[in-house]
Amino acid sequence: MNFLAPIGRVFIGFLVATGRLVAFAAVSVSHCVRPPLYGRSIGRQMIQIGYFSLPVVGLTAIFTGMVLALQSYTGFARLNAESAIATVVVLTMTRELGPVLAGLMVAGRVGAAIAAEIGTMRVTEQIDALATLSTDPYKYLIVPRLIAGVVTLPILVLIADIIGVFGGYVVSVHSLDFNAANYLKLTWQFLEPLDVITGLVKAAVFGFLVTLMGCYHGFHSRGGAQGVGAAATNAVVSASVLILAANYMITTAFFGT
Amino acid sequence: MTRTASESKIELRGLKKSFGAKTVLDGVDLRVGAGESVVVIGGSGSGKSVMLKCVLGLLWPDAGSIHIDGADVTALTGRARQAHTEKIGMLFQSGALFDSLKVWENVAFALRSQSAMPKRQARDVALAKLAQVGLAADVAELSPSELSGGMQKRVALARAIATDPEIVFFDEPTAGLDPILGDIINRLIVDCVRHLGASAVSITHDMTSARKIADRIAMLHEGRIVWDGPAADIESSGNAFVDQFIHGRAEGPIGMAVRR
Repeated sequence: MNFLAPIGRVFIGFLVATGRLVAFAAVSVSHCVRPPLYGRSIGRQMIQIGYFSLPVVGLTAIFTGMVLALQSYTGFARLNAESAIATVVVLTMTRELGPVLAGLMVAGRVGAAIAAEIGTMRVTEQIDALATLSTDPYKYLIVPRLIAGVVTLPILVLIADIIGVFGGYVVSVHSLDFNAANYLKLTWQFLEPLDVITGLVKAAVFGFLVTLMGCYHGFHSRGGAQGVGAAATNAVVSASVLILAANYMITTAFFGT
Repeated sequence: MTRTASESKIELRGLKKSFGAKTVLDGVDLRVGAGESVVVIGGSGSGKSVMLKCVLGLLWPDAGSIHIDGADVTALTGRARQAHTEKIGMLFQSGALFDSLKVWENVAFALRSQSAMPKRQARDVALAKLAQVGLAADVAELSPSELSGGMQKRVALARAIATDPEIVFFDEPTAGLDPILGDIINRLIVDCVRHLGASAVSITHDMTSARKIADRIAMLHEGRIVWDGPAADIESSGNAFVDQFIHGRAEGPIGMAVRR
């Protein structure tokens, strides 16, 4: 039965890692709802995570909106259904691509930075030092980042939605010869509040996942520069995969099978 | 620094800690009297840092007890435990200064977090502590990365004593410093501890430093205290482990574990 042993070892290793992550998340969240909170740190992290992600998220959104309009035109023109383009652009942006692409971009930009910063603090004993100075590392380092991620990512996505729709509008009106007023009317026609709301719910979950993975991998990094590098990589990869998996689950929960 | 210790400030009994299959502490017994300066010597990897981290509450011991002022802190959690940890100031080997904060904010950190002291007052205390370790007020606004290694060590020392703790831990205080700077740090430690009337536990493998700052010396080897006595008796301990260590001989009962 020896050939079963490696399978079991991998499976047990997976369960241990999952358990550690869930325990870490539970402790972190419990600290989010218990005072004291470091308001100034939360504000600083909101600027770091939210405000400084605006350019990269905005650029991603505008090009995605533009390419969406172009690609759906090549498809729908054959069916004489050009009027559907505005709807396709706005629904795809708000429901799917806005939150997912913003989440992935923030995972790359912020997740790695969080993991590297907290990881360096871990290997240089700064996290131990915090504890000896009567400051809970969870409260001081992790809670501000988690709150900032959950609050700012929906705002980023709302802005990305608007910029993406604008990108589709620009391409449709200027290179596909749509009537501007007509395009805007079509954009509004089939858009429902639920479409935007699901996108924002997704964004909040993604914000939590990105900051959580950054904090988790940074907090548990060990072994000097190499360990910190590995933590940054793992934070981005695991956050990206979790974002795509969570996206599917949330979509199923809202819109059924 | 030769006060006799009547009551014990810290008392470790049968402290054990393992990481996986590797036993690091195998029943450590150590007593530190009030106002006493104890230096724990021992080779690299003998478990000195792990012992301090257990007392600080950064690691949980597997067995044994840690008494601070008579109370067993291994039985305490949360606030009650923190009340005891707040009595301890710690000088980390690497300094462990927060590089996102200025020098004075580092020194004032515990004043702000423990006693919520107003900013201006905390800054004044921080400047006084910096002066105590021989640093002028102009370094206060710098960031720790702009300082030399020796200056960082002094800032870390100022931070460790900022709240006038009853107990101070020094983890390899002279590691990585040149002999002159090492002596300055040793003198600062002796001054600070005497000034505070605090109990001190230092871990080091620098014998010059140990002789200078210790009232008592204990030797940790393979997770146990193998010798414990007044600093003056270290030369005539009659203990083979201690003799090999203080004379730095490659031959003796302490084999160099290449693999652990």
